[in-house]
Amino acid sequence: MAGYMAQRIVFGVMSLVAATLIVFVLSRLQGDPLLLYAKPGGYGVSEEQIEALTKKLALDRPLIVQYFIWLGGVIQGDFGQTILAERDVRTVVFEKLGATIQLALTGWIFATLVGVPLGVLSAVKRGSVWDYAGRTFALFGQATPVFFIGILGILFFAVILDWLPAGSRPVHEPFWPAQFKALILPTVALGWLPAATYLRLTRSSMLEVLDSEYIKLARAKGVTSNWVIWKHAFRNALIAPITVSALIMIGFLEGSVIVEAVFAWPGIGRLAVDSIQNNDFPLLTGVIFLFAILYVVGSLVADLTYSLVDPRIRYR
Amino acid sequence: MARSVAIEDAATAERNVQYQRPTLRQQTWYVLRRWPVLPLFVLAVFILMSIFANLIAPQEPWRQNLRGRAAPPFWDTQFYDDNPRLEQRYILGGDHVGRDILSRLIHGTRISLIIATLSLAGGVIVGTTLGLMAGYFGGWLDELISRAVDVWNALPFLLIAILAAITFGQSVTNVVVLLALAAWGGVVRNVRAEVLSLRTREYVDSSRVSGASTARILLRHMLPGVINTVVVLATLRVGGLILAEASLSFLGAGVPSSSVTWGVMVSEGRQFLNTAWWIAVFPGVAILLVVMSINFVGDWLRDRFDPRLRQL
Repeated sequence: MAGYMAQRIVFGVMSLVAATLIVFVLSRLQGDPLLLYAKPGGYGVSEEQIEALTKKLALDRPLIVQYFIWLGGVIQGDFGQTILAERDVRTVVFEKLGATIQLALTGWIFATLVGVPLGVLSAVKRGSVWDYAGRTFALFGQATPVFFIGILGILFFAVILDWLPAGSRPVHEPFWPAQFKALILPTVALGWLPAATYLRLTRSSMLEVLDSEYIKLARAKGVTSNWVIWKHAFRNALIAPITVSALIMIGFLEGSVIVEAVFAWPGIGRLAVDSIQNNDFPLLTGVIFLFAILYVVGSLVADLTYSLVDPRIRYR
Repeated sequence: MARSVAIEDAATAERNVQYQRPTLRQQTWYVLRRWPVLPLFVLAVFILMSIFANLIAPQEPWRQNLRGRAAPPFWDTQFYDDNPRLEQRYILGGDHVGRDILSRLIHGTRISLIIATLSLAGGVIVGTTLGLMAGYFGGWLDELISRAVDVWNALPFLLIAILAAITFGQSVTNVVVLLALAAWGGVVRNVRAEVLSLRTREYVDSSRVSGASTARILLRHMLPGVINTVVVLATLRVGGLILAEASLSFLGAGVPSSSVTWGVMVSEGRQFLNTAWWIAVFPGVAILLVVMSINFVGDWLRDRFDPRLRQL
């Protein structure tokens, strides 16, 4: 187990290095970052200033040296300054992190509350209306693009019915009801696909468990139906959905980029897209570094939950 | 003697049981449940649309017409009565510069399907080759390939794709390459696992003993064994690729916005939701229909040819 962990952590670090390297090289290919430092209408940028900047950013050194200079800073927790606002990358990123975490959490709660019970229901009442409803829900979740769910939500609940706001995060207003209302549409858009995943997994593993011998034994002994379902079957059927939870959390990162673009949600995903469009490479590398860390940690956690939840699985 | 009589009796009795021909309704229901007829039909329609886009599309997808700006779909006869000088009806409405949405949808099918097919083919070919090699040769090659897949899968794909699209410029080729890069990882894993078990079969040993070359074993004895898995995996992945392409286009990092794609159409229509919902909704529905049909077919293929992939 310890050996396996160590191996995984080494590969995690390799992933991180690969991610930063790719981003670093790509962002340096995008054109001369010096021109970005020249302020709008900056005709007056003198030769000396350019030289000083080149020195400061180490742009006169080879690319690989620039990368290691940057990496050295990262290890010390220094991601440099953003180009546009000239602020510390770390502060900017942590400012926006809260909004994304909030969205990911509510999305996860939505996915769990909808997906797992519906999955159990459609397994227990196989072939009933509930089963078809659950499967339809899952089908749509897997086939609808995240941005289209968001747009349909805006169309129905913001434009036609005028019940919910079309976007943005009202931070200065009280949580109830303004912030809560603003959360609903992004949450559903983000959570629908994971809810579908949970539903399908819960349903198939629940069906499998309900078919096993010990369930038949419990039923034969005269255990009540509810007790069999929740106490005997559900606990074992839960293994599959739990093990994908970490992967679903990773999926939220990807989803948040789109959802935040649709709903003008001021989080990390939007920050990333903005930084790409502004050619703000210190900020971008910082964001992608954060994403990559979360990815690596997430897949590590996913692997470990397998053995935690299901002791039958052993690692070499 | 008595026994044979008994047998004959049973036979006549069976013959005498009235065979009831299933009604048309029962037959239809049987076919519909067993074959993905409807999804295949939808897919066929979309594929035909993409091939014959030039013939089917009622208007040119790029032609703008200020009179038809945000023209509603055909059922709003009031609008068309009020504007008699509009030469043609917009069946699914017109967008913000008066281009025909139906024509754009039809032409958009082409790009979406081409990108999905090419990137899938690329990803599957690379993935299968690497998976075959990793599984068959084992050792350091296996380690290298498997670890490369692990590392690649741990990268935030969408962000890197956006960044790459902006760095290398937006073009169909770039999107295809990016999506192929997104597709190969999963294929490698499954093919490798399959080959690991195939490799130990006796028929492989005997072909090696009889002097078959490595290439021959790989191509003639391994590849046919994994082709089922590959086909099923590929079908299950297409939907995801179409969604990814649409998402990239939606974020403005896909194919250049001068060409018609569904993702770009939805993203353009987003600003006009409160005045002309049809601009964003119809292309979205098209994505939904295609992806859902493909998923249906994929599920069906999996259940039929490779039930072990159930968890996917």
